[in-house]
Amino acid sequence: MNAERLRSMVKKEFVQMRRDPATLRLMLAVPVMQLLIFGFAIRTDVRHLPTVVFDQSRSQQSRAFVQSLTATDNFVLKRQVHSYAEALQAVDGGQARAAVVFPPDFARELKRGHTARVQVLVDASDPTASQSAIGAAQLVGQRTNVRLVAERTGALSQGLPVDVRVRPLYNPALKSAVFIVPGIIGMILSNILIVITALSIVRERETGTLEQLIVTPLARWEIMLGKIVPYVLVGYIQMTTVLLVGHLVFHVPVRGPLLALYGATFLFIVANLGLGLFISTLGRNQAQVTQTAFLFLLPNVLLSGFMFPREAMPAAARLFGLALPLTYYLQLIRGIVLKGNGLTELWPQALALAGFAVAFFAFATQRFSKTLE
Amino acid sequence: MSAAAPIAAREVVELRELVKRFGSVTAVDHVSFSIHPGEIFGILGPNGSGKTTTIRMLCGLLRPSHGTALVAGADVAVEPERVKSRIGYMSQAFGLYRDLTVDENLAFYGGVYNLGPALAERLAWAKRVMRLDELGGRLSGVLSGGQKQRLALACAMMHAPEVVFLDEPTAGVDPAARRLFWTIIRERAAEGVTMIVTTHYMDEAERFDRLAFLSRGKLVALGSPTEVKQQFGSEGSLEDIFVALQERDA
Ligand SMILES: Nc1ncnc2c1ncn2[C@@H]1O[C@H](COP(=O)(O)OP(=O)(O)OP(=O)(O)O)[C@@H](O)[C@H]1O
Ligand SMILES: [Mg+2]
Repeated sequence: MNAERLRSMVKKEFVQMRRDPATLRLMLAVPVMQLLIFGFAIRTDVRHLPTVVFDQSRSQQSRAFVQSLTATDNFVLKRQVHSYAEALQAVDGGQARAAVVFPPDFARELKRGHTARVQVLVDASDPTASQSAIGAAQLVGQRTNVRLVAERTGALSQGLPVDVRVRPLYNPALKSAVFIVPGIIGMILSNILIVITALSIVRERETGTLEQLIVTPLARWEIMLGKIVPYVLVGYIQMTTVLLVGHLVFHVPVRGPLLALYGATFLFIVANLGLGLFISTLGRNQAQVTQTAFLFLLPNVLLSGFMFPREAMPAAARLFGLALPLTYYLQLIRGIVLKGNGLTELWPQALALAGFAVAFFAFATQRFSKTLE
Repeated sequence: MSAAAPIAAREVVELRELVKRFGSVTAVDHVSFSIHPGEIFGILGPNGSGKTTTIRMLCGLLRPSHGTALVAGADVAVEPERVKSRIGYMSQAFGLYRDLTVDENLAFYGGVYNLGPALAERLAWAKRVMRLDELGGRLSGVLSGGQKQRLALACAMMHAPEVVFLDEPTAGVDPAARRLFWTIIRERAAEGVTMIVTTHYMDEAERFDRLAFLSRGKLVALGSPTEVKQQFGSEGSLEDIFVALQERDA
């Protein structure tokens, strides 16, 4: 351990970072841009499907049913159409995402006590949007049935036998931005920091400065540590910016202790920087290293729980996800930000991140050679 | 009573049957010679003759495939890090940070060699003796070829090493800058620093106290410029010998 050597190394990295303001600006702008893009574009709570109605029954009953549908907020009545073909055409052409079709005998069948049919066509090309619409349509159907059956049997006064009410916790409005923002912080930190550090050593190799660097008495770990210290700061700035913008634009709350969040983030940042350094020792040039880094980025998005719930994954994918620091960080940050958890609940995840940080840093240092072999 | 020890200690660099193979290529082939303290020692040879590979082994940057080399009292294969702390090395390609200023590069290498409070004084020394006084705030990347070389030598000597290796320091530099560079090399040698320099400029050969002539990784001549000429037969200059060697190898 030599404080002066390490200080020189860190200072040099900071000066180089300052001399490249374009990259610095990019590192700070990209996270905010990604947040806004993801926050506005990936809305898993897409509602308000434009809907056309082909109502051959033209009855008070059919109008009441349409009203129940639009009351769910999943359907917005666009216009009436005058044939089945026209209804299909509207969905085909994209003017409508759903069509409701009533047969001529809809009201008549209802009155007779027979089964009246109503058809709801949903454009299911976007599964999330269509699923909630389908769910809503079925619910409206069920409610109507219950009401009618109750009216017929006169059982209404006794109330319904079972009334299931689901109350979403932590994110009561089911706003997906709220859920996504903490995830985005994790994904951005991970991806940007891995790529930056992966390139840093190999860039020195390519420009010829590495040869001059490794002929000095700098210890391997001093070189490694000097490379990551400035980026811990960059990571913190990125995280704080995204959290702030998320709070202001998407009203993301921070319910848990900020100190725990920043502490856990430190472990996460170091784990990713260590992984980046490790990757950088695996290749001889920037192209190779970039390829290797991308090997980690896709699983980060797909298997960590950022995009898809881990509970729904096949065992192998779930197992692979356990090898990604992001998996643990997502649980941590969502726990702290959305549920108001602290380290009392989340210490196992923090411990895992600390393990990753130490292990990756040690692997990288171990593999880094102070020779040109 | 060891009679051998003082003699060994007299040599600042000593190669014994040094070999470096890259796969099937033998870049350095059983080379042996010694370098005395305070000498300006030349390693000459055409492209690909193994000059850089030899120097890299002597600096602890490459592991010898075979043989040993002692530099400043340490075995390069056994204690490469010890060797590194005692030597200065200026690589063939400009290896300093182009986005750092002259002062920042000097301060970085000074800090890396742990100069502590002596840093300011060494920095002033380096700029003075390397004729960089006016350039402290200039970015290293925009310096002229000659200035770059002098800065590289300054960085390699911040920690006052007893041996300095310079790999083709005057390549691609104009004649005036070359002459200045040689003046600086002679000044440092006069202070007792051993300067080991590779070149393929034959007109520079006369400037060496002694030189080793490499061809295809083999040592083909060793001694003072006059001795080397004699080893190849007295007629002709070193330049003729060089060209003859290159043609023989081609
Ligand atoms: N890392 C390496 N891998 C494989 N072969 C190498 C490596 N380094 C050098 N060589 C080969 O070893 C031989 C000697 O190369 P070296 O760079 O030592 O020559 P040199 O005398 O310094 O040449 P130049 O005057 O061009 O700088 C060459 O044939 C070169 O191709
Ligand atoms: Mg060379």
